[in-house]
Amino acid sequence: MQRKSVLTAAVVALAVAGLATAASAQSRDYIQIVGSSTVYPFTTVVAEQFGKTTKFKTPKVESTGSGGGLKLFCAGVGVEHPDMTNSSRRIKKSEVELCSKNGVRGIVEMKVGYDGIAVANSKKAKALSLTPRDLYLALAKDVPANADGSKLQANPYKTWKDVNPKLPALKIEVLGPPPTSGTRDAFVELVMDKGCATFSAIKKMSKKPRRAACRTMREDGAFVEAGENDNLIVQKLDANPDAFGIFGFSFLDQNTDKLQGAAINGAKPEFETIADGSYPVSRPLFVYIKKAHLDVIAGMREFLAEYASEKAWGDEGYLTDKGLIPMPKKERAMFSSDVKNLKNLAL
Amino acid sequence: MAASEKSTIERVRATLARRNRAERRFKNFGRAAVLVGLVFLVLMFVNIILTGYSAFWQTFVKLPVHFDAQVIDPGGAGDPETLGSADYGALVKTSVRSLFPEVSGRRHRRDLGQLVSRGTVFQLRRMVLEDPSLVGSRAEVWVPADDDYDMLHKGNVDRTLPEADRRLSDRQIGWFDRLADDGRVESRFSATFFTAGDSREPELAGIRGAAMGSFFTLAVTLLLSFPLGVATSVYLEEFAPRNRVTALIEVNINNLAAVPSIVFGLLGLAVFINLFGLPRSAPLVGGLVLTLMTLPTIIIAGRAALKSVPPSIREAALGVGASKLQMIVHHVLPLAMPGMLTGTIIGMARALGETAPLLMIGMVAFVVDVPQSVTDAATALPVQIFLWLDSPERAFVERASAAIMVLLAFLVAMNALAIVLRRRFERRW
Repeated sequence: MQRKSVLTAAVVALAVAGLATAASAQSRDYIQIVGSSTVYPFTTVVAEQFGKTTKFKTPKVESTGSGGGLKLFCAGVGVEHPDMTNSSRRIKKSEVELCSKNGVRGIVEMKVGYDGIAVANSKKAKALSLTPRDLYLALAKDVPANADGSKLQANPYKTWKDVNPKLPALKIEVLGPPPTSGTRDAFVELVMDKGCATFSAIKKMSKKPRRAACRTMREDGAFVEAGENDNLIVQKLDANPDAFGIFGFSFLDQNTDKLQGAAINGAKPEFETIADGSYPVSRPLFVYIKKAHLDVIAGMREFLAEYASEKAWGDEGYLTDKGLIPMPKKERAMFSSDVKNLKNLAL
Repeated sequence: MAASEKSTIERVRATLARRNRAERRFKNFGRAAVLVGLVFLVLMFVNIILTGYSAFWQTFVKLPVHFDAQVIDPGGAGDPETLGSADYGALVKTSVRSLFPEVSGRRHRRDLGQLVSRGTVFQLRRMVLEDPSLVGSRAEVWVPADDDYDMLHKGNVDRTLPEADRRLSDRQIGWFDRLADDGRVESRFSATFFTAGDSREPELAGIRGAAMGSFFTLAVTLLLSFPLGVATSVYLEEFAPRNRVTALIEVNINNLAAVPSIVFGLLGLAVFINLFGLPRSAPLVGGLVLTLMTLPTIIIAGRAALKSVPPSIREAALGVGASKLQMIVHHVLPLAMPGMLTGTIIGMARALGETAPLLMIGMVAFVVDVPQSVTDAATALPVQIFLWLDSPERAFVERASAAIMVLLAFLVAMNALAIVLRRRFERRW
């Protein structure tokens, strides 16, 4: 009995010691990246390419969302914290402050390209040509009751024809991402705000009431929050030809046999129109890099060189095959040199 | 008296038909409920199998590859360093172009290069590194086709649609059809799906990494939760005094069994990663979190199993002079074990299908290298399914369905094992 309890104690001690060493001897031999689910499909391609062509291990890429990623990124310096974070929006001032509070001072910003946001419907129905103003009037909770927007009313529009007489008399039914999604943030900023600014009285409002007027979406069933999964929206659109969906361009690109994008301000969501900026709904994608880790984690410089190479993010690079819209040549050269020289982030 | 007796029988007879009808109706409701359940189950299985079965096959293309010494090893030194860093992409391009010598123009040549998987480059590199004597020779090599062509070959692309609406142009389909007519296209069993880790190219992606991650996670869970669960249930059932403290513990255990699993993930993040400093994304942390989640299930099942052992066994053992520990270890535990094992296996099956707590501890990640130990970065099978379903490439939908089939197979096997154990060892009193 005595011996048995000694044995048990030894096993327990060993297990605890094992845990402790696992914790302390935690030197990492791979790059750890967190962040946006929109940038995830691109960063993972670079990571895979990097892992297969170099002597370094394949970086681990987590899909945590832009905000979640920056929070982890800014938690501190040390191998237990991520080295880079993907973001589908620019880092906020508050996040930079959080970073520096936790000792993360040197941050390098790398823009990797653009992502378009498409408003699309099934091929079985007619394609629409919309403007931000149409979309705002169709989707906002409160819309102007008079011409200049000085008076608001609950959204009365049932069909697209009510919004704009040039559009067909089709019931308004739009599936879109929930407020936690970066796609939603970008859509609101690029479409709703712009559509709303076409009313002079709203444009003159102070920031807070203006945002409330422009950015609150309808809750009467015309706008449906369909979850973060864009594939799900694609499937629902295929099943319901009357509905429209809001999602990332790469999903439209992969499903051109089933879906068609609505033209916005006359430009269809296509690779070329997004790249040259004539399609108005596109947003930049970023990767943020922790300078303090560059000399601690092996392969970070090489990984960044791979990401910022023409064969990855160039006009005909492998990232464009995955649906990334490349930056113009001049911008690419600028960010490529910024990354090489480890230029500090300036907001 | 007599009158009332008669009236009872009359009453029975009068209502008999109605009561029989009620019984038949109830039975039919039950049958209908079972039928509806079965129909949905069959629909789900048929849907998953129909979308997923084709993922076990992969379209291969036969390429005439010239392992050109000028490209691979111009110096002729033959050291692995040079062989490893050669431009194998150029070999692939040359060999595809040799099949279609008439294609010209930058854009079209680029499209041509995308006929075969991007993994071809690594396949050729591996071949040369394994057998350096290949340099300078010519060989016919079967390589995986790109996922778009794979979908075309599997009939998932509608050829009748206008050209602009397809991912592949008429010209590209023409190339592929010509290869097929030449006997250079073949559908083969996809070993890659079972041997590779994750990839962003559907034709190179496999479930091995996720399956190993699930295995390590479950191993940690089983090693920790089974002994802990059994010990806890034995103590609470056999030794613990009945007082307020044990009553409180009991209520808490029952409550924990119903707590949403994501809460355990948050706890794991706060305790194991932030406080103990264990690595993110490691199966060790995943196993610890899932242990917390399955423990209540095992404890509750264990206590039920102990309760079902009749007191006469205990009294007989104590009566012939066994100590309490001997009574439990020699008599009660062996009889309760089948029930405890069943509870454990059901708890483990639940842990196998869990994604939410893993999200918090960083196991929802792109991990290419197959994990080798419990501290390597890993994902789990259900997480892999989630990540693939979230990818834009259509070929991933098929692969996700196939992964669901593998996961279901594991779950069915585990539950079958639980039933077998129960049938074989359970004693009824």
